[in-house]
Amino acid sequence: MQVYLPIAEVSVNAFLLLGLGGIVGILSGMFGVGGGFLMTPLLFFIGIPPVVAVATEANQIVASSFSGVLAHFRRRTVDIKMGVVLQVGGLIGAGLGVVVFNYLKSLGQVDLLVTLCYVVFLGIVGTLMFIESLNAIFKSKRAGSGPAPRRQRGWVHALPFKMRFRTSGLYISVIPPIMVGVAVGILAAIMGVGGGFIMVPAMIYILGMPTKVVVGTSLFQIILVTAFTTMLHATTNYTVDIVLAVLLLVGGVIGAQIGTRIGVYLKAEQLRILLALMVMLVCAKLGLDLLLMPDELYSLGAAGGH
Amino acid sequence: MIRFARLVGSLAIFVFLSLATSAHALEEEVVLGLSQDRVAITADFDGSEILIFGAVKRETPIPEGPPLQVIVAVSGPSSPVTVRRKEKKLGIWVNTDSVIVDSAPSFYAIATSAPFQEVITDTEDLRYRVSIARAIRSVGAAMNIANAQEFADAVVRIREDEGLYSLRENTVAVDQQTLFRSAIDMPSDLTEGHYTARIFLTRSGQVVSSFETDIDVRKVGLERFLYSMSREQPFLYGLMSLAIAIVAGWGASAAFRLLRQ
Repeated sequence: MQVYLPIAEVSVNAFLLLGLGGIVGILSGMFGVGGGFLMTPLLFFIGIPPVVAVATEANQIVASSFSGVLAHFRRRTVDIKMGVVLQVGGLIGAGLGVVVFNYLKSLGQVDLLVTLCYVVFLGIVGTLMFIESLNAIFKSKRAGSGPAPRRQRGWVHALPFKMRFRTSGLYISVIPPIMVGVAVGILAAIMGVGGGFIMVPAMIYILGMPTKVVVGTSLFQIILVTAFTTMLHATTNYTVDIVLAVLLLVGGVIGAQIGTRIGVYLKAEQLRILLALMVMLVCAKLGLDLLLMPDELYSLGAAGGH
Repeated sequence: MIRFARLVGSLAIFVFLSLATSAHALEEEVVLGLSQDRVAITADFDGSEILIFGAVKRETPIPEGPPLQVIVAVSGPSSPVTVRRKEKKLGIWVNTDSVIVDSAPSFYAIATSAPFQEVITDTEDLRYRVSIARAIRSVGAAMNIANAQEFADAVVRIREDEGLYSLRENTVAVDQQTLFRSAIDMPSDLTEGHYTARIFLTRSGQVVSSFETDIDVRKVGLERFLYSMSREQPFLYGLMSLAIAIVAGWGASAAFRLLRQ
């Protein structure tokens, strides 16, 4: 069944979109990530204009994060205070990101920027995750459990404006969380992702938050930032396609529930290795597109920056 | 004196001939029918086929000589297009040069009753802007870029690949030099606007009659509503998108909790 998308102005198969939403939903349920970093490139591949894909994906992430965060609220694994601080940074970052996005769109370089962001960040995160989970597998094979690592007390604790975060059991400066928020906000606006794949490691390794509150808090902050990004794209670029978003999120939320069940049967390290491989695969595909000579050297765009 | 008479004679023949040609031009006229003069883009729009048929009205017998040929050209609304070219910089392919093509139709389909070269001469093509290359205008191409023509060619090539531009020869059926019909496929990726259908009757490459009519392509229903809302009330549209997302997210979570119990 073909569906004509009113904003993207292309006709696509509705089942293809539901299926894509479903597959990405299953993966995101298995690995506990938003899946935006997979969905946005997939939308490029099926011919959705990149500007529409990025803006619409932000809207879809609002839905999947909201669905996810409710479960975490019930389990009380959301650090609301930390979430709000991260959101403050996130809103600043999203604002900056949309300004950069629109500026580069007028130069005709937005596709390059989005692709470069993907290659760099997916490359870094994928490689780190791969190495880390390999190490974890070797360790668990070698011996039982070593002594729990002590929480780091580095530069993060030397900064001023300290604040107490009870749920996370932290007493740290607000500067690092705001900076993390800004960075993730910029990425959210440019890449059309929630930024969970950057946010989660940053919370654990930079802020030193306990793992159990990390996913819930990340989802909580992603909702507001992606909602803000959606509004910015909708009002400045008119590129949020609501029909596309609905089709993707129907598939996505169902897939996520199935994925969560599959995830139960796999070991955490195995899951992480699979996720790392997938991230590196997407990165390699996008990277090759930049390095290899394209079939068509020319591309068309509407004149006048719109 | 004899020379003068000869001159008068040839002048007379010339006048007679030009009269004949102009009379000839009026002699044959297009009467056109369209299967539809509007295309509604609905949510399940999957392309459309427009049947274009007509007859040649004439008061005199069919002229001698080469048979009547028919060209049907349907074009979408024209707009300026920025064409960018990629170049290898620092090892990666990036957009560098760009040229603004002043006006290129969003859709252009030509159907002819014989090979294009036989149906219309180059001068007539230039005059009526029939062929795909002539339908694109890039007069003000930047002088600082060499090979500006390559950019215009790229527009044609890319849109031909996307099925937006097409030249289909021998797809207009002509009966008894009087009745003709053709079908134009409109792809599913249409943009809205005023489309025009032009019909040219030609004899030995010369246009003897032409006719033009409008085809209105519009989004309707939900498509129309969402599109206008996103442009006219972007803030409200954004809030609506978010509301739908939040309700869907909450709904999914609630539904699966019920299923689990």
